[in-house]
Amino acid sequence: MNIAVCIKRVPDMESRFRIAGSGVGIDEAGLKFDISDFDAYAVEVALQLNEKAGAGEVTVICLGPDVVQEIIRKALSMGAAKGVHLKADAVPADSLAIAKALAAELKDGGYDLLLFGKHSLDAMTGGAGTMVAQLLGLPCLTAASRLEITDGKAVARRELEGAAESLTFALPAVVTIDEGIARPRYPSLKGIMAAKKKPLETRPAQLGDARVTVDKMALPAERPAGRIIGTGPDAVPELVRLLQTEAKVL
Amino acid sequence: MPNILAIAETRGGELRKVALEAVTAARALADATGGGEVRALVFGPAGIGARAEALAQHGADKVLVCEHAAYDKADAESMAATVVAHAAGSAVVLFSASAQGRDLSPRVAAGLDAPLLADCLTVSGAKGGVTVTHPTYTGKVIATLTATAPTVVVSMRPSAVMPAVNARPLAAEPVAPASDPAASRVKVTEVVVGGGGKLDLGEAPVVISGGRGLKEAANFKLVEDLAAAFGNAAVGATRAVTDDGWRPHSDQIGQTGRLVSPDLYIAVGISGAIQHLAGMRTSRTIVAINKDAEAPIFKVADYGIVGDALEIVPVLTAAVKAARAAH
Ligand SMILES: Cc1cc2nc3c(=O)[nH]c(=O)nc-3n(C[C@H](O)[C@H](O)[C@H](O)COP(=O)(O)OP(=O)(O)OC[C@H]3O[C@@H](n4cnc5c(N)ncnc54)[C@H](O)[C@@H]3O)c2cc1C
Ligand SMILES: Nc1ncnc2c1ncn2[C@@H]1O[C@H](COP(=O)(O)O)[C@@H](O)[C@H]1O
Repeated sequence: MNIAVCIKRVPDMESRFRIAGSGVGIDEAGLKFDISDFDAYAVEVALQLNEKAGAGEVTVICLGPDVVQEIIRKALSMGAAKGVHLKADAVPADSLAIAKALAAELKDGGYDLLLFGKHSLDAMTGGAGTMVAQLLGLPCLTAASRLEITDGKAVARRELEGAAESLTFALPAVVTIDEGIARPRYPSLKGIMAAKKKPLETRPAQLGDARVTVDKMALPAERPAGRIIGTGPDAVPELVRLLQTEAKVL
Repeated sequence: MPNILAIAETRGGELRKVALEAVTAARALADATGGGEVRALVFGPAGIGARAEALAQHGADKVLVCEHAAYDKADAESMAATVVAHAAGSAVVLFSASAQGRDLSPRVAAGLDAPLLADCLTVSGAKGGVTVTHPTYTGKVIATLTATAPTVVVSMRPSAVMPAVNARPLAAEPVAPASDPAASRVKVTEVVVGGGGKLDLGEAPVVISGGRGLKEAANFKLVEDLAAAFGNAAVGATRAVTDDGWRPHSDQIGQTGRLVSPDLYIAVGISGAIQHLAGMRTSRTIVAINKDAEAPIFKVADYGIVGDALEIVPVLTAAVKAARAAH
């Protein structure tokens, strides 16, 4: 299959974030960046589907400034065949603006399957993939926790709150990827060498108008420091007392 | 503010709590911005119209009832098309950021060419648009965002709004699906409802999660017994445990799992990795039981007990039962 995977570059979420002087972004100094988790799962799903089918090509697409090329190279080193960098000075906070640029790139690509993450770990909107489907008039399955494809027919599963759905649809289609489906492989040394020679095209992103502005970014109030109330089963009565009288949850 | 269209989610012929949250949020936003009309749109199988009363009770001036036999299961394509068809004149189309709302809202946003503000904690009016707060960077940064457009699509984080009664006279109007659900290209073939009416993790006031410290899958029984003693608790897990197949992935709490914010969160045999904290650190009260006093979970726990969970949890279960029986 000809599969496209849209990936976003995000900071390592284990970092201790600081707000930038502007007050409307995070201070990126010293942060490490990587492929957003669900997008990395999507790359893995694409590679596995084609490995199983014994044929096909995976293209990764990323919109952003020049630095995003490092995560495109990472996906190439995992096994994707080619990369497309949609160049933009900055990534807007408006998922629909991003979706329009991605849709313009994907429209005539001849892809059987378009994969996205369920949401990006920085913006956490969960919009761009589903919007691309709507813009291109393709069937869409969001938050897949399982995906099997045979002869152009897909069977998928998605988790709801306290329930799960099984669904079927035909390709071409858009699928956004949830937890539980695949863990991304680590690039092998051979993969890293091969990635250097793989094609990476760059063109300007055709961003839609960005109509969402960031007014402010703030760190949430810190929790008060934790407190150990005791050791072993003997501490249980004190816990129950605190839950009743202090926390009032029992 | 002009009018608001709120989408009221149902499952199995009943309104979900998030439906009342959406209508409550819409009413509050309309009232805070000059008192526009709130319309609620509800999808379901024949008979769902009987649930319209609760939506009027929570502040819907009008309830659009879209009944179709196919809506005993969700059908995103025809539902999104129907929302788009009825959005004219709405400054805000408001969803819950439930699994269904997260599925429908971007379709509607793209269909209306409207910006999407997703998974919001608060929403208020702004000049020419809407301002929200929204957790970003796995919840480590709270963004305040403004969307400026004639129509903005908003989804509210489940439980961020408390359903509140603000009754209007019931005015229900039947509407037809804007496209035939039978023609939709993605078919729901089966809905598997998880274990017998158990509380959902996102809605339960108490969440009790187990980690690798429980040693083996069978010991989750201790956690389930504790949940049963509370009576209003759901059981969660860490990724270490879901990856090992002890619990389904749908029970995973964290960065790549469910985000929960209950009144009480009890972490049993959980180290407190940053990816786990991302899913539960906004819980009101956190209790941790871990044999290692240095475990990072104790840094966020209001009340920590150091020791063997296998010994402590049964004693806690008995004490919770006794405390509840004494009420
Ligand atoms: C990209 C990415 C995404 C991730 N997403 C998530 C996510 O969404 N959710 C998530 O949970 N994790 C996630 N993780 C994994 C996370 O980093 C941790 O590995 C995981 O949370 C650890 O689970 P645990 O606490 O059960 O196990 P461990 O870290 O092994 O901790 C077990 C704890 O049990 C204690 N213990 C042992 N025996 C006992 C006993 N008898 N009584 C009491 N305590 C005992 C130990 O002291 C220890 O603290 C993610 C990781 C990555 C890389
Ligand atoms: N800048 C980007 N470049 C490529 N893909 C993106 C970008 N932003 C978002 N996506 C894709 O859209 C999905 C949803 O993103 P979001 O709407 O930001 O939550 C992500 O998981 C990616 O698959």
